[in-house]
Amino acid sequence: MTMTVEPLPQKPWEVTSRQRASTASLLAIAALLSWLLITVTGLNGKLGYLSAFFVTAATLIFIQQFRLRNLAAAKDSLLSSFALLGMVITVIPIVSIVATVIVKGYKGIHFGLFFNDMSLNSVNDPINQGGLLHALLGTIIMVGGALIISFPIGVLTALYLTEIQGRLSRPIKFLVQAMSGVPSIVAGLFILSSLVYPVTKSLSGMMGSFALSILMIPTIARTAEEMLRLIPNELREAGVALGGTQWRTVAGVVLPAAKSGLVTAVILGMARIIGETAPLLLVSGGGDSVNLNPTSGPMGSLPYYIWKSFLTGGTEEAFARAWGGLLVLLAFIFILFGAARLISGRKVM
Amino acid sequence: MSIENSDDNGTEELHNNDKAVEKNMQTQVTPSSLATVAGNREVRVPGSEMLGIGLETRGVHAWFGKKHVLADVSLDFAAGTVTALIGPSGCGKSTFLRTLNRMHEFIPTAALAGQVLLDGRDIYAAGTDVTKIRLNVGMVFQKPNPFPSMTIGQNVLSGLKLAQLKRSNTDDLMESCLERAGLWSEVKDRLNEHGGALSGGQQQRLCIARALAVEPQVLLMDEPCSALDPGSTFRIEQTISELAKTMTIIIVTHNMQQAARVSDYTAFFLSDGGPGVMVEAAPTSKIFSAPVDKRTEDYVTGRFG
Repeated sequence: MTMTVEPLPQKPWEVTSRQRASTASLLAIAALLSWLLITVTGLNGKLGYLSAFFVTAATLIFIQQFRLRNLAAAKDSLLSSFALLGMVITVIPIVSIVATVIVKGYKGIHFGLFFNDMSLNSVNDPINQGGLLHALLGTIIMVGGALIISFPIGVLTALYLTEIQGRLSRPIKFLVQAMSGVPSIVAGLFILSSLVYPVTKSLSGMMGSFALSILMIPTIARTAEEMLRLIPNELREAGVALGGTQWRTVAGVVLPAAKSGLVTAVILGMARIIGETAPLLLVSGGGDSVNLNPTSGPMGSLPYYIWKSFLTGGTEEAFARAWGGLLVLLAFIFILFGAARLISGRKVM
Repeated sequence: MSIENSDDNGTEELHNNDKAVEKNMQTQVTPSSLATVAGNREVRVPGSEMLGIGLETRGVHAWFGKKHVLADVSLDFAAGTVTALIGPSGCGKSTFLRTLNRMHEFIPTAALAGQVLLDGRDIYAAGTDVTKIRLNVGMVFQKPNPFPSMTIGQNVLSGLKLAQLKRSNTDDLMESCLERAGLWSEVKDRLNEHGGALSGGQQQRLCIARALAVEPQVLLMDEPCSALDPGSTFRIEQTISELAKTMTIIIVTHNMQQAARVSDYTAFFLSDGGPGVMVEAAPTSKIFSAPVDKRTEDYVTGRFG
């Protein structure tokens, strides 16, 4: 009588625990070696230890792979080591920035921060007095205004490039790319000299929105263009074959199909401008009190609040205020990105 | 979605037809078997009981840039008939099909000469409303392409929105279109799901239903089954037979058995390196049993292509 044994599900391609242990021990040896290296030679500090560790670990793994398999596998492992190193180098500043902002910023956060402005306080006052309501509202108003201006212009530009593909597509694409490299101070100066001085003769939030739009439009246009190019041509043909005009097909089929991509474009556009300080200093100035009217009077913003707290105070309270403002700005950006992920239903970054 | 399943729903006439088709699928393909399949079809001749409107081409040429891809095609598609366009790849049959509802002009380098008469009027005449042409001449593409942002139900009715047509009872229209495309029973409980959730064959039938919703008089099908499995292909062929009762159908196919199974007339296209030409057009049974042109015979007997 033969019994057929039901096989257990296995994953023979996965790394075994033994291999894992041997790699771990290699890394431990590398750590020990680099410690020795540092005590023997003059190298020291975190950076010295890290580089010594990387060199020894990469060498040990290279030798291990060469002994276990062959030269090709060893070279593979070397490339993996470098890729890992690159990743670590990228992540260190990001983690470090976020950690620093949180550690230093939480002292500057208090309940009243979101309900008061600085009209009655100076940056050097005790930290629990005053707040950044004016800056938060100013940033929301100006970024929102910039979005209202930039989104239609950016998307229409993208539609010109992808759907109309007119004679001017190439030069416009070039211009849009060049524009995305425009320094933000130039955008501020442009609005200052073309609108503020000759027309309004006063700083206002709306001018801030205009300056930010100049920075935001190229980002939205380029991202939206890439997203629209991903929409298969068959969908456009199907729409037109059903008796739709080109614009009804674009509005009814192409844009809805690219919806999540367009949300990505908006997010990248907002991320581009939300921390901009220079153009706002020039055209919207910065108030210390809540100003909800974008058409008149200087309007505060989070970057301006941070800038002012860092530079005009000099006391511990002022610095704490600045770090608190940074934490709020960072949190605001995270919330925006999270919301975008939720809306578009997929990863946007 | 099996063949047995679909048999249950078929009419008596269809049922018999299916048997013949199944038998043919099992036997070895020989020219005579194709002729038998074609001969088994009830030959439909244009007459007063036919619905839909006819289409006629006169000396149609097509170019892409400087390349002359199609030369002097004159064909008559009588109202209410099914015509298959066959021929090897690159012979211009798909290009020809796309000239019939003015999709040809979507390729920037495309050019055209000749006339395409829909109900006696040239669709390329100055002042013609091209969207009206495409409403009357619907199209089903090679790859199923349901609109990804819409549900199954919205997909079916999308033509009404795109062409800005007003219909009073859209639910009935949706049901009848899905019914005619042979998909209703499979999707009636999931009309709010997205079209992408369907299988390839179901998606293609959804695309057929979508094309039907704007009530075209002529339906163009560009290799509608080339990306589908035999079961789905079979269902779509059944659908074509049903639809042929109410409209004129022109289908491009690489599958000669399919041409033999579904079409009343067959036109054979060929390119010998130069522009594609229409070699021969005749009733399907004649093309597969007694073609006049030697090249047609070589192609349908599998000697090349």
